Amino acid sequence: MTTHVAVIDYGMGNLHSVASALKHVGADRVDVTHDPSTIAAADRVVFPGVGAIRDCMTEIKRLGCDDLLRSALADRRKPVLAICVGMQALMDSSEENGGVETLGIVPGSVRFFGRDHTDSSGHRLKVPHMGWSQVKQAMVHPLWAGIDDSCRFYFVHSYWVSPAAEEVIAGTFDYGLLGCAAMAKDNLFAVQFHPEKSHDPGLRLLRNFLNWDGSC
Amino acid sequence: MPLAKRIIPCLDVDRGRVVKGINFVGIRDAGDPVEIARRYNEEGADELTFLDITASHEARDTTASTVEKIAREVFIPLTVGGGVREVSDIRTLLNAGADKVSINTAAIHNPELVKEAAERFGSQCIVVAMDVKRVSEHAQPPRYELFTHGGRKPTGIEAVSWAQKMAELGAGEILLTSMDRDGTRDGFELVITRAISDAVDVPLIASGGVGNLEHLAEGISVGGADAVLAASIFHFGEFTIPQAKAYLEGKGIEVR
Repeated sequence: MTTHVAVIDYGMGNLHSVASALKHVGADRVDVTHDPSTIAAADRVVFPGVGAIRDCMTEIKRLGCDDLLRSALADRRKPVLAICVGMQALMDSSEENGGVETLGIVPGSVRFFGRDHTDSSGHRLKVPHMGWSQVKQAMVHPLWAGIDDSCRFYFVHSYWVSPAAEEVIAGTFDYGLLGCAAMAKDNLFAVQFHPEKSHDPGLRLLRNFLNWDGSC
Repeated sequence: MPLAKRIIPCLDVDRGRVVKGINFVGIRDAGDPVEIARRYNEEGADELTFLDITASHEARDTTASTVEKIAREVFIPLTVGGGVREVSDIRTLLNAGADKVSINTAAIHNPELVKEAAERFGSQCIVVAMDVKRVSEHAQPPRYELFTHGGRKPTGIEAVSWAQKMAELGAGEILLTSMDRDGTRDGFELVITRAISDAVDVPLIASGGVGNLEHLAEGISVGGADAVLAASIFHFGEFTIPQAKAYLEGKGIEVR
């Protein structure tokens, strides 16, 4: 089986990390692109994201990346991995930038940790949530294969995803609240952390993605 | 389990070679940055910082290509700083493979750059670096100010309020270096580290002065740092990253 990955490029920052990590774990071909035919031809799709949500949404729509993503998701044999802001963009809306309507692919919202964020014992927690946090796996999924439950991944975000349906939650992190670290539904897997920056467990997750047929 | 405290080896790079100055003079050559970055990645460093201390603009292209080479092999976050003056410099470094870009002097000359950069690229990738020195006499209440030019040029700007202003403008993280301690191996300047960590919501990286593993622990437990940065103790093979982590863990500090 060859692995041809399209990393959807909507012009927001550094996508090389994702591309080079995918190559490192054995992808045969990685295209960083917003060309519809290239994305249609790829056998799996990564929807990354860095930056502020409003600008991301503007570019996603301007380049037609929303339609490309929807058609990739509609093809159930095509695995899709959304990362960080890519995951947040899947929801209905985000509190960032004064409130932004997002893609509405997964019901739920994206919320701010808030100023004066604290843990359960009242200790102040810095925002952004930046660094290595444990991810508790909430379901058995091919993308967790070979990854220890509660191992640490690298996070950097000030907003967190709150899905409407609990059953899509594939993993959680604990940072003053129990947040959604990963979601899974059909051929979609989405992560709040950065697997491409999470060393061995992150690379393992990307390798699992290359080996995934899109079914749960 | 709480967020792990981060250990960040720092590569000071001059014309493509990692160096480490003692008080920014008396530079020793420590090696090839790609080689060193790969080693820290394998050893379990939580992040890497790459500071370009090259003075000339021509040599900066070397930096971008070095960052590219590192980014191809290192799968932990990479912060790059040094000589960042405008938004286009930030874009160049992010495109070369940096995950975060550190702004220092340019933020002093033009604080709006921090705001513009955070709005464009997101706070998560904008680090404001500040070099501070204690300016008050010993018996006086402590006052720290920002310095530029490797600690030689005073700015008169008070450090704590500056850190708060930078966080308000959108800095996602503060990299604090004590110029009194940098290169001394006497440990972090804990007073100002604590003051800034308490005053800002964003994470704080402590830098300057690490000479042993206890210094790393103090930076976290006394200084309140979210991450500790060190160069020479790692570069010259005195301690490995796993040794540092084992030490911190023994002190009850959460590590990866």
